[in-house]
Amino acid sequence: MTLARRIIPCLDVDAGRVVKGVEFASLRDMGDPEELAARYNREGADELILLDITASRDGRATFLDTVRRVAQQLNIPFTAGGGIRRLEDGNAVLRAGADKVTVNTAAVERPELISELAAQFGSQAVVLSMDVKKTNAAWEVFIRGGAESSGRDAAAWAREGVARGAGEILLTSIDRDGTCSGFDCGLTAAIAAQVSVPVIASGGAKTFEDFLAVFGEGQADAALAASIFHTAEHSIGALKKYLAGRGVPVRLSR
Amino acid sequence: MKIFIIDYGAGNLPSVERALRSLGAETECVTRPEQVAAARALVLPGVGHFSAFVTGLRERNLTAALQHAIAGGIPVLGICLGLQAMFSASAEAPGEQGLDLIHENVQALPTNVKSPHIGWNQLRRLRKSILLREIPHDAYFYFAHSYAVAASEPHTAAACDHGFPFAAVLEQDNMMAVQFHPEKSGDAGWHVLRNFLEWAQ
Repeated sequence: MTLARRIIPCLDVDAGRVVKGVEFASLRDMGDPEELAARYNREGADELILLDITASRDGRATFLDTVRRVAQQLNIPFTAGGGIRRLEDGNAVLRAGADKVTVNTAAVERPELISELAAQFGSQAVVLSMDVKKTNAAWEVFIRGGAESSGRDAAAWAREGVARGAGEILLTSIDRDGTCSGFDCGLTAAIAAQVSVPVIASGGAKTFEDFLAVFGEGQADAALAASIFHTAEHSIGALKKYLAGRGVPVRLSR
Repeated sequence: MKIFIIDYGAGNLPSVERALRSLGAETECVTRPEQVAAARALVLPGVGHFSAFVTGLRERNLTAALQHAIAGGIPVLGICLGLQAMFSASAEAPGEQGLDLIHENVQALPTNVKSPHIGWNQLRRLRKSILLREIPHDAYFYFAHSYAVAASEPHTAAACDHGFPFAAVLEQDNMMAVQFHPEKSGDAGWHVLRNFLEWAQ
């Protein structure tokens, strides 16, 4: 009896479509969110994350509608976020059918947002998303989709976020994101050692070996990927069988 | 059959409702005590904070109605916080009283394990279970909680280990409850809900 390592497909959505960027830029259409969600639910995904990557004010209603439609397709946990600035924004995505809400830029700018969400919905519903880039010798938190340095040290911010009530850390390596060069296992292990909550590794997944490495040396509790699943390059079922065969505890669907 | 779902003003109600309906049940959301009195089967869903749950029940005058209905033998299924609310009190909210149907307390998960306990875990069956009927022994269920009730007789039918062995499936007389989220636990989770519906018939 062991807590399974989770495989989490991520849908980046813009105006009701799933898109994919490379190193946080140049978007490409990857399909319909409902169809992809239904497919991942069927293939044995352990969870799904839906991120509003436009997060413009006028795009809010469209995003909430996407959350609502995706929720109908799932019988697995579902996290939504992107542009969550206030308690009401979090409430809106949870009411639309998400189980957890993820915060990023707004939490860096006003860390009380994490405590407010955790007090209202519980820590298990609050995922702190951090976009991290190596600068000189340090790992630094970047905001606004990776465009701007926050000046915060990644490990210190992770600790503060957890102290304020975040129940999970979604850790994205900006250096690796969209590059297909593997997860940043050094970064993931460094953050996982600092916090008492689960860490979801993100950015750079390409091969089955990348997942094996991030659950091993990376010490990740969960691993997230987008494009390699969207393009059906890898099926989630095949990935999990591979991991199970190498001693990683995973939930195999039957 | 019709399932009355307690709506205390927060939580995972829509996904529980959708799952029960997909399995063929009718559902009604309960916000008033007279609805509880008319119910033949109850579901007590919940996520979030213990005090929000018990306060929400109190503000809607549901506490006494629920205690009366459950003591009177009506089939009930508690989910996550709904399991914890059946107990006397919780370390999460010292001073707040639960439904006090079972006279034990809810404890915090120890600090030597990751908390919240989030993710898919397996169960250790302690006896024959109604809710787990025909579900494979190695099935995984989705947990998301920081507090739990120590596994013990006579209520625990299956335990899960995270820091200590806690009650994952509780079955005592007409009271059924699960610490995991069956509505979010894929096919195995929906099977648990189906087993509850069949038993509550």
